[in-house]
Amino acid sequence: MNYAWNWGVLFQSPYLGWLGQGIAMTLAVSVAAWVIALSLGTLIGVFHSGASGVVRLATGSYINLFRNVPLLLQMFLWFFVVPELLPKAAGIWLKRELPHPEVVTAIVALGLFTASRVAVQVAAGIAAVSRGQSMAARASGLSTIQAYRFVLLPQAFRIVIPPMTSEFLTIFKNSSIALTIGVYELTAQTQQIQSFTYQGFEAFTAATVVYMTIALMVTTLMTVIERKVSIPGRTARG
Amino acid sequence: MSGFDISVILDALPLLAKGLGLSLGLTAIAMIGGLALGLVIAIVRLSRFRVLALLAALYVNGFRAVPLILVIFWFYFLVPLLLGRPVGALYSVLIAFVMFEGAYYSEIIRAGLKSVRPGQWQAAQASGMTYLQAVRLVVLPQALRKMAPLMVTQGVVLFQDTSLVYVVSLHDFMTSASIVANTQNRIVELYVFAALVYLALCTAGGTLAQRLSSDRQRAH
Amino acid sequence: MNDMVEMIRIEGLSKSYGDVAVLRNCSLDVARGEVVVICGPSGSGKSTFVKCINGIEPVQAGRIAIDGENLPSKPAAAARVRARVGMVFQHFELYPHLTVLENVCLAQIHVLKRSRDEAQEKARSLLRRVGLADKEASYPAQLSGGQQQRIAIVRALAMDPVAMLFDEPTSALDPEMIGEVLAVMLELAREGMTMVVVTHKMGFAKAAADRVVFMDQGEIVEVAETARFFAEPASERARLFLSRILTH
Repeated sequence: MNYAWNWGVLFQSPYLGWLGQGIAMTLAVSVAAWVIALSLGTLIGVFHSGASGVVRLATGSYINLFRNVPLLLQMFLWFFVVPELLPKAAGIWLKRELPHPEVVTAIVALGLFTASRVAVQVAAGIAAVSRGQSMAARASGLSTIQAYRFVLLPQAFRIVIPPMTSEFLTIFKNSSIALTIGVYELTAQTQQIQSFTYQGFEAFTAATVVYMTIALMVTTLMTVIERKVSIPGRTARG
Repeated sequence: MSGFDISVILDALPLLAKGLGLSLGLTAIAMIGGLALGLVIAIVRLSRFRVLALLAALYVNGFRAVPLILVIFWFYFLVPLLLGRPVGALYSVLIAFVMFEGAYYSEIIRAGLKSVRPGQWQAAQASGMTYLQAVRLVVLPQALRKMAPLMVTQGVVLFQDTSLVYVVSLHDFMTSASIVANTQNRIVELYVFAALVYLALCTAGGTLAQRLSSDRQRAH
Repeated sequence: MNDMVEMIRIEGLSKSYGDVAVLRNCSLDVARGEVVVICGPSGSGKSTFVKCINGIEPVQAGRIAIDGENLPSKPAAAARVRARVGMVFQHFELYPHLTVLENVCLAQIHVLKRSRDEAQEKARSLLRRVGLADKEASYPAQLSGGQQQRIAIVRALAMDPVAMLFDEPTSALDPEMIGEVLAVMLELAREGMTMVVVTHKMGFAKAAADRVVFMDQGEIVEVAETARFFAEPASERARLFLSRILTH
């Protein structure tokens, strides 16, 4: 193998700056999208588990639609197709006047996509709380909303922490797909450094190390949360 | 824009079909390769060889921590360098997908193997079987049932992930749709059509996974 | 006059899952202060029957009235009537994420709208009665099954119920813990609580029950005074059931 190593390239201008901007963009897009995913996904998951009829059809369709189309294509649909389908003025506003349309689109697309995955986990978490618990809650006269609020959701919340950790990790990884609509996040920046300098090893290693660091930090954070909310007397999972 | 023009899709069908062929082919190879690799990794991770098990764990957690796009870029860059000659995007991508999927499938297989009661391992060992015999003859057949729906679900995710070869300009279904969309200037038609095709195929896959998992529940 | 009104009145209860009928036209009146034990082979529908009494299992046909008040079919209205009937489950169903004290206070505060202080005072006095005053800060998983079930009884009693339903309250317990739960139930019966108890513990039935209901295949086969039920059951099915269960 014939390769000229130059780790110094990562610390040169402008490449160091590119890396920094890439990391900042990855974090910003992921965290913003996670806020959408968590709130919308929890809402959809709760309704999906408790409702029947039209509501359940709607939540089911959302989950099915957003889980079964590749995220890359969803980004394209939001970025290229939706402005065409809107009334002319709105479409032009989206394309011309919205600041950083590619970043906003990436956040929305990633958020809505991940919301469907969060919804599935939340619904499964609620289902995993035994039927007897909801019976006991109802037998004591609690209303449906009270039963969810005081009995079912607090338990479901603890059950879904591990799968949520994995979804939270996935959102950082999936934010890289935003590069296809021109968001200069971490992967795009390192790819750019690679094509400017031909120092692919160094550039991709930098990105890999950053992603691994993020994964480590998220996992640690979630483990701390899990420990903090664990119920005394119950053996920890794992 | 002027109306939904279906003829542009019909005209592009041969190209799109070829793209879909590549997507499905890539999915199949990555799935078979990933399963084989995943099985080896899972067996190593559960074995008594501490150092090997640790290396396998590093492999799995490493691949699971980084985005697939980055993995594709890595291999697109590395494979020609290691071989000392250009090999084209397809081979790099194939290797990238197999190695990436291997990490994910190994986790499914490992969880399946661990879900078999310890008594089964002990019974197999008590009758004089080696570790590999116990896996092959006793544990794996029981674990397979449990793993089947998850494997199909992962296959659906994988099929969607093949759209990411867009970043190295391989003409899969997604990229072909994008090319037609841009050359014919029919963005709405092509992307909506592509979405419907993915939706139909992935929903079918999801239904299969669900059926497998309810079959399993009924069998117990 | 009020004493003439049945505490629980059940008329023509029927329920089925698809083609399978779980309850067929079951009727039963329980008088104020009466203790009724329901027994029968497994799968006889007795557990479903007791859960229908406070409406947590929906029924296809039939009427239920508690203390002269019809159990409404609308969930919100049903909750108000339900709060007046205590229920104890086979698997305790204490809320695992709440302490013992919080378990006993939750519905008092959110359903009866008692103040926190009032609810806690009530909870503590009841916990003292069952000998578990020192466990108020524990979580359910830190307690034995017998302790959990006694707390589940306290949780129900804290609502000042007009009647109590028990669904096989001792069948998930280790043998050495059954006594402590039955003792609490016996005391309740002596104090004049209206009780409907699904159980296999014929000793409890003999000691506490006024009447015994025998169910089989979703039907109420026989209702009899306790002494008469054990001495000379009217139906062949009840006789067979008793001969099996009493020889063990």
